[in-house]
Amino acid sequence: MTRRIPDVPLVLIAFALSVFGISMVYSAGQTDTMTFIANLWKTQSVWFVVAMCAAFAASRASVRFLDWVTPFAYVLTLVMLLLTLAIGGGAGTAASSKSWLVIGGVRIGQPAELAKLTVVLMLARVLANRREPPESLLELWHPALVVGIPWVLIMLQPDLGTGIVFIGIFFAMLFWSGVNGRLLLLIASPAISLVLAFSTRLWGAWFLVLLMLVWFYRPYLLEGIALVCINVVTGVVAPILWEKLAPYQQKRLLVFLDPSIDAKASGYHVIQSQVAIGSGGWFGKGFTLGTQKRLNFVPEQQTDFIFAVVGEELGFIGVTLALTLFLALFMRAIRISSRANDPFASLIAFGLLASWLVHVIENVGMTLNLMPITGIPLPFFSYGGSFMLASWLSVGVLMRISQEGRGRGDLAAI
Amino acid sequence: MSYHPNDVSRRATVARVLLGIGFLALTTAFFRAQVLRNQEYLAQAEQNRFREVPLAAPRGIIYDRNGRIIAENLPGYAVSLLSPTADSLRSAMRRLSNIIPITDDQVEAAVRRWRKNPTRPAVILPDAPFDVVAVLEERRVENPSLIIQSTPKRYYPDGPAVASFVGYTGEVTERELADTTHSDYKPGQQIGKGGLERSYERELRGKEGVRYVEVDARGRVVRDAGARPEQAPVAAEPLRTNIDMDLQLYVMSLLGDSLRAGVVAIDPNDGAVLALHSAPTYDPNRFVGGIPADYWRELNSDPRRPLYNKVIQGRYPPASTWKLATSAMAMEAGLVQLDDHMPVPCTGGYRYGRYFKCWDKKGHGDINLRRAIEQSCDVYFYQVGLKLGLSRLVAGGLKLKMRERSGVDLPNETQPQFPPDAQNYFNERYGARGWVPGSVSLNLSIGQGENAQTLINMARFYTALATDGKAARPEIVSRKPDRVQIMNLTEAQMVGLRLAMAGVVSSRGTAGSARVEGITVAGKTGTAQNPPNPDHAWFMGFAPAEKPRIVVGVFVEYGEHGYVAARIATKVMARYLKATTAPLVTTE
Repeated sequence: MTRRIPDVPLVLIAFALSVFGISMVYSAGQTDTMTFIANLWKTQSVWFVVAMCAAFAASRASVRFLDWVTPFAYVLTLVMLLLTLAIGGGAGTAASSKSWLVIGGVRIGQPAELAKLTVVLMLARVLANRREPPESLLELWHPALVVGIPWVLIMLQPDLGTGIVFIGIFFAMLFWSGVNGRLLLLIASPAISLVLAFSTRLWGAWFLVLLMLVWFYRPYLLEGIALVCINVVTGVVAPILWEKLAPYQQKRLLVFLDPSIDAKASGYHVIQSQVAIGSGGWFGKGFTLGTQKRLNFVPEQQTDFIFAVVGEELGFIGVTLALTLFLALFMRAIRISSRANDPFASLIAFGLLASWLVHVIENVGMTLNLMPITGIPLPFFSYGGSFMLASWLSVGVLMRISQEGRGRGDLAAI
Repeated sequence: MSYHPNDVSRRATVARVLLGIGFLALTTAFFRAQVLRNQEYLAQAEQNRFREVPLAAPRGIIYDRNGRIIAENLPGYAVSLLSPTADSLRSAMRRLSNIIPITDDQVEAAVRRWRKNPTRPAVILPDAPFDVVAVLEERRVENPSLIIQSTPKRYYPDGPAVASFVGYTGEVTERELADTTHSDYKPGQQIGKGGLERSYERELRGKEGVRYVEVDARGRVVRDAGARPEQAPVAAEPLRTNIDMDLQLYVMSLLGDSLRAGVVAIDPNDGAVLALHSAPTYDPNRFVGGIPADYWRELNSDPRRPLYNKVIQGRYPPASTWKLATSAMAMEAGLVQLDDHMPVPCTGGYRYGRYFKCWDKKGHGDINLRRAIEQSCDVYFYQVGLKLGLSRLVAGGLKLKMRERSGVDLPNETQPQFPPDAQNYFNERYGARGWVPGSVSLNLSIGQGENAQTLINMARFYTALATDGKAARPEIVSRKPDRVQIMNLTEAQMVGLRLAMAGVVSSRGTAGSARVEGITVAGKTGTAQNPPNPDHAWFMGFAPAEKPRIVVGVFVEYGEHGYVAARIATKVMARYLKATTAPLVTTE
C-alpha cells in the first residue's frame, strides 16, 4: 500500500478554527472582575493537544476497521446513554438535567458527544448497505430506529439541542443517500404540522400542500393514509403537547419569538448577546476589550455565547472570518464525501459535516436570536473538553476517508 | 445508497448551493446587526455599562443689602448605592448597617428613591457625617456598588435670625415630583422648601452636572472617574436681597425667645423689606437635608408655634391700627377732616342699639380727628363709621387692598379676611335678618369684626400712609419697585395724618412711652381683643415722620397693650435710622 498524503487543507482549517476558538476562550476570561473563566483557556489548550493526538489516532483507523467497530461502538453508546440517565448529573446552566456521566462524583464526560459520532457511523452503515435509497416510508424504519433510540434517550436527559443535531444528521444523511426530496418533506411533515398547529389557517394551508404531495408522490396507500392521519393528529395534539412542555421550555420558545417579553430574565441573554454583537461594528472593540463581555453582560461567554464575544471584539470582519473558516471546513467535507471510495465512508463524511453544520447554524443563529436558545456549543470555539475531543475525532475520521478517497493529487483545491 | 458518481456530484452541488445560501443568510444577518444597526446597539452597550452619578450644583449664595451672607454652601458628603434590584439594595444596606448606623426608615427611603429611577445611584445618606464617610471609604473594596461624593450642603450662618424668610432646602418629595412644574427634577435632588429658597428656586438652583461610573452586569462599580468625560455642575448666580442683616439680628435680639411676635421693616419708598422676623424662631440649618424627627416633633408641639410665621401667615384683627384706614376713607370721601368734631363727645361709650364701649372708660370728651387718632378714641370712630356707612367702609377697605395678599416674594402668604361686599356676605353669614349694618359698621370702623389682617399687609398699607398714598409691594429680593395708588388725599391731608400719628408717639398719645431721642416717630397702636386670652398688641408706624424712610410693623401675641409693640418698633426704627444716617465709613 502506498503512503498516503494527509488532507492538509482540512487539518489547517480545523487547526485555525481551534486556535481562533482558544483565543476567544482566553478573551472570554478577560473580565473586569476575574472569575474561574480566566484560566479555562489553559485547560482548553490541553484538551486541544489531546484532541489532536486523538485525531491522529483516529486517522490511523481504516474505514474497514470503522465498519467493523461501528456496531460495538453504537451499542456501547446506548449503554452509556442509559447509564447517564440512571446515574448522570448536570453541570453549569443545565444543572438539573442529566447529561454528564458521573462515576464516584467525577464527571467522566457527556456520552451525547460520543453518540453524535457513533450514530453517524451506524446510520452510514445501515444506509450504505442498501443498494437503492429508501423510496417509501416503510423502508425507512431501520434508519429511523438507528437514530430514534439514542434520540429518545437524549431527549429524556433532557437535551433538546443535541436532539436537534440528531434530526439534522438524520435528514442530511438521508439526503446524501439519495432519498427523494419530496419524501424527506413527507417525513418531516408531522413536525411541520406540529409547529404550524398554532395557527389554524397556516396549518390548513400546509395540509393542502401535504395532500398534493401525497397525491403526486404516490406512496403506498396505507402510508399515505397514515401520513395524513399523523398530520391531523399532530395538528390536534400540538396544543396539548405545548401544555406538557416544561415552563422554561415554553418560555425559551416564546422568548425566541420576542425577546423583549422577558427582557430582564429569559430574554436577557439574547438581548445582551445581540447588543454585544451589534455594538462590535465593522472591526469590533478589539481583542479582549469587549465591554459587554468584560462587564459580564454577555451570558455564558466562554461556552454557548462565545460567538457574541467574536462579534463584539472582532466585529463584522471577525465574524466573517470565522464563518468563512467554517464554510471552508464544510466545503472540504463535501469534497471528501463526494470523493470517498465507498458509500459507507461517503455517508460518514457527510454525517459528520451535518453534525457540525447544525451546531454552527444553531449556535451562531442563537446569538443573534435567529434560532431559539437550546444551549448547544460552537465546534472548536466553545469551552469544553468532550466537545473538542469529539470535533477532532471527526477531523481524524475525515482525514482517513480523505486519504482513502480518490483524487488526492490536487491539494490546493478545496 | 445510489453511489453513481453523477448522482453524488449532483447532490454535492445541491449541498454546496444550500450551504452557500445558508452562510450568505447568516452573514447578511450579522451585517445588518453589526454595520447597519451598529449605533443603536452601541448606545445600548454604553447604557448598560455607564451609570450617571449626579453632581449637585452649588446653590446661589444669598446676600443681604450690604453683602453679608445669608445663605451659603458648605462641603458635605452624599452616599449612594448602585443596585440592579430593590432587594439587592436592601441587602446591601443591611450589610452596611453592620459598620455604620442605618435605620429601617432610611432603608425604605432609599428603596423609594431607587424605584423612582433605578438607573441612578440611590442616595442612602444624603448628608453623611465625616466619620461615617471615613468608615465607608475604608471598606470601599467590600462594597463595590458604593458611591461617595462630596456635595454642597446649604448653610445659613445666622440660622435662627433668618428662618422667617429664607426657608430651607431638602430632597425633592414624591409629591413635588408629581407636580408638572417640577418635571425637570429627579429623585434625590435638592429643592427649596419655603421662604426665598422656594420663591427663587429657579434662580438659586444652578445646573446639575453628571459624572459617569462604569458598572458590570451586577451593578458593581468597576471604574470610577474618567470612564467617560463628565459634565461639571454650573453654580447659580448669587441672590441679592434688601434685608439689612444688622437690623434683622437686632430685631431678633429685641424679641428674644420668650415673645410670640412678628416684626417687619419696609422702606416705604420702594417696598424693600429691611427685616422680617417671627418669634420664637428655629434653626433652618437643622432642616437642611431632612428634618430630624425629634426636632420636628418639638417644633410642632411647641404651643408658641415657631413654624407659624406671624408676619405673613398670622391673621389677626387689626384693631386700632385700622383707624388710619377709617380716617383715610372718611377724609377721601370729604366727610370728616382732621379738625372736625363728632356730634357725640366721648363719655366712655356709645349707645347704638346696645352700648359700645370706648377702650378708656373715663372718656375722651369732645375731640377732633387728630386727637382721636392720638388717643385712639373708639367713640369718635364709631361715629365716623356710621357717617361712612357700611358700603363705603367695605368699598374703602377693598380699595386699600385689605382683601389681597401683600404680594411679598415669599410662599405661603395668607390672604387677609375682609368682607367682599357690604350685603351678600353678611346675609350669607348671619342670615338676612341676623345682622344690623350699623353695628357691623361700628365694629369695622375700629378694626374689629369681619376683618383679620396679616402684619405684612398692614405694613404695605402703612407704606402708603408714609408716602404719597401709594402702597409699595414688599420685596425681599431687589426687584423693580411696584407701587400702587390706594389713597387719593392731598399732600396737606397726608402731612396732617402723619402729624396726628406722630402725636401717638408723643406725651399726648397712646405710645408715649415708646418715644426715642432725636427721631420723630409716627404710628398707631392697636390692642386686639382676644377673649378669653390676653389681648394682642399691634404697632404700625414709620420714621422719620417728616420724610419716612422706614415702616415698621410689630405684632405681639398676647402683648396686652399696643405700647408693648410700639416700644419694639421705635427701637427698630432708631437702630436703622442711626446706622444709615451716620456718615458712611468706607474701607475702600
